[in-house]
Amino acid sequence: MLSDPVTPTQITRGQRLWLYALVTLIALFLVVPCLLVIPMSFSGGTYLEFPPKSLSLRWYQAFLGSPEWRQATLTSLKSAGLTTVIATVLGTAAAWGIHQRSTVFSQGLRGLFMLPMLVPLILVAIGLFFLFSRLGLNGTLTGLVLAHTMLAIPFVVIAVGNGLSSYDMSQHMVAQSLGANGLVAFFTVTLPQIRISVLSGAVFAFITSFDEVVVGLFIASGSNETLARRMFSNIRDQVDPTVAAISSLLVGMVVIGMAVFMILQPKAKR
Amino acid sequence: MTGLADRMPSGRATRPEGINAPLLRRAARQEGIGFALLSLPGVIVVVLVLVLPMAWLFWMSAFDNAGNLSLENYERMLRPIYQRTFTTTFRIAFVVSIACGVLAYPIAYLMAQSGPRLSMLLMLCVMLPFWTSVLVRTYAWLVLLQRTGLINAALMDLGLISEPLALVHNELGTIIGMVHVMLPFMILPLYASMKAIDPALLLAAANCGATPAQGFRQVYLPQTFSGLASGISLVFVMCLGFFVTPVLLGGGRVSMWAQQISDNISLYGNWGAASSLGVVLVLCTAFVLGGMRMALAQIEKRGR
Repeated sequence: MLSDPVTPTQITRGQRLWLYALVTLIALFLVVPCLLVIPMSFSGGTYLEFPPKSLSLRWYQAFLGSPEWRQATLTSLKSAGLTTVIATVLGTAAAWGIHQRSTVFSQGLRGLFMLPMLVPLILVAIGLFFLFSRLGLNGTLTGLVLAHTMLAIPFVVIAVGNGLSSYDMSQHMVAQSLGANGLVAFFTVTLPQIRISVLSGAVFAFITSFDEVVVGLFIASGSNETLARRMFSNIRDQVDPTVAAISSLLVGMVVIGMAVFMILQPKAKR
Repeated sequence: MTGLADRMPSGRATRPEGINAPLLRRAARQEGIGFALLSLPGVIVVVLVLVLPMAWLFWMSAFDNAGNLSLENYERMLRPIYQRTFTTTFRIAFVVSIACGVLAYPIAYLMAQSGPRLSMLLMLCVMLPFWTSVLVRTYAWLVLLQRTGLINAALMDLGLISEPLALVHNELGTIIGMVHVMLPFMILPLYASMKAIDPALLLAAANCGATPAQGFRQVYLPQTFSGLASGISLVFVMCLGFFVTPVLLGGGRVSMWAQQISDNISLYGNWGAASSLGVVLVLCTAFVLGGMRMALAQIEKRGR
């Protein structure tokens, strides 16, 4: 097996062992820190230790039993849910509109929608802190959802734009020529075919809001503190193993999400 | 015949001809306005929540604390304390983007070259950190690198060191954490550019008598330059304004640009200083990204 050639240029697997070893190390570097929090979160001690000397669920109890952590989780879920719905609708509509024409104007619009991705988050944060203090939106869910929707729109516009570029637009026109109005044609003919792109845009929007730290740090204070903000302050001020429990839950969600995606993907391709 | 046949594939209207031209043009114009209106709600959100506050920051940066038009905020940046922040930021951003390029190349290369199974496995190894919250990963590194952490404990058990090394709350820890956060952003564009290379080219090179090493250096490597360049500049720019990881892993000892901006607001309430720092940060970001695009356009032109 080691003498099998791996490229048309006759390099064998054996000659490439060093590459496999190197890549294994890099892959471990990428993966291990993400997974390491899981065993640590079951530690029974007051400090984080690895390997844990005794096993317990006390940090999960600390997380679920604390009204502050629960409140923060609820705020994050509410904000991410609302952001997902609004950003997906606005972003899909915008991507659809932009895709119809390729004029300087529509290119300009596309550029405008990419801006939230390019401006450093810390600037967005202080700019919004300033604006929202004038509008009384600091510490409100409305302000948080507005900010996160703006941050999430580029991902939806890109994802849906990608979907549309491989979609045969004439189907939409055929539907219209058969008497469907634009709206009906979009929902019955176009949307079902670009649903994977819309869905991936929505997932990006959810993650963008749920994981967002910096803007939340400035504008999500008081009773509308987000989970990410609370975790950040907790890590900065005291390294409390409760965060390990929350982190494990988050990593677990990512792993489940990736598994679902892997199972669903071949079906989507068929 | 520039009618239906040309217009069907893209669905985009061509210039109407013939007797109904004025009518068609008007219909096209109305349709165009309709399409523009579709993006209007999104535009309102981006303008109101991003462009407006940014414009405000730009405006504020031009006034001193007494409210007079002045360059005071920009002159302040020449002071040694800010100079130190800038050098730290650029040094870290440089080291992190080079390290990401070096680490990303082999893994992206193997992903592009190997069969579906191995490349899927490696892709999963990239996607797990990509989707995991930055906070979680930073926290994991904090735990790994601290004085009583796993790495120090392992090194002491092996007898390689007698005292725990200072791996975190300094520049080293910051760089390690940032490389981990940025690496997926480097691997993905690099992988895309490698995937686009026609394998027949390497075959042709071998046919012409090139050794595998020569083929790699002279045929493969140059074609990955654009992916490498765009990945590195993307990572560089993200490092310049990065807040979370430097604050947590630097432990207050590594003052990077974003933290300086944040401190000016939350500690000193100095909006002029914060906004001018922000303006220069945005300009640097735009400069690097714009420069990269122009360089890539040049490379493409020469390639033809």
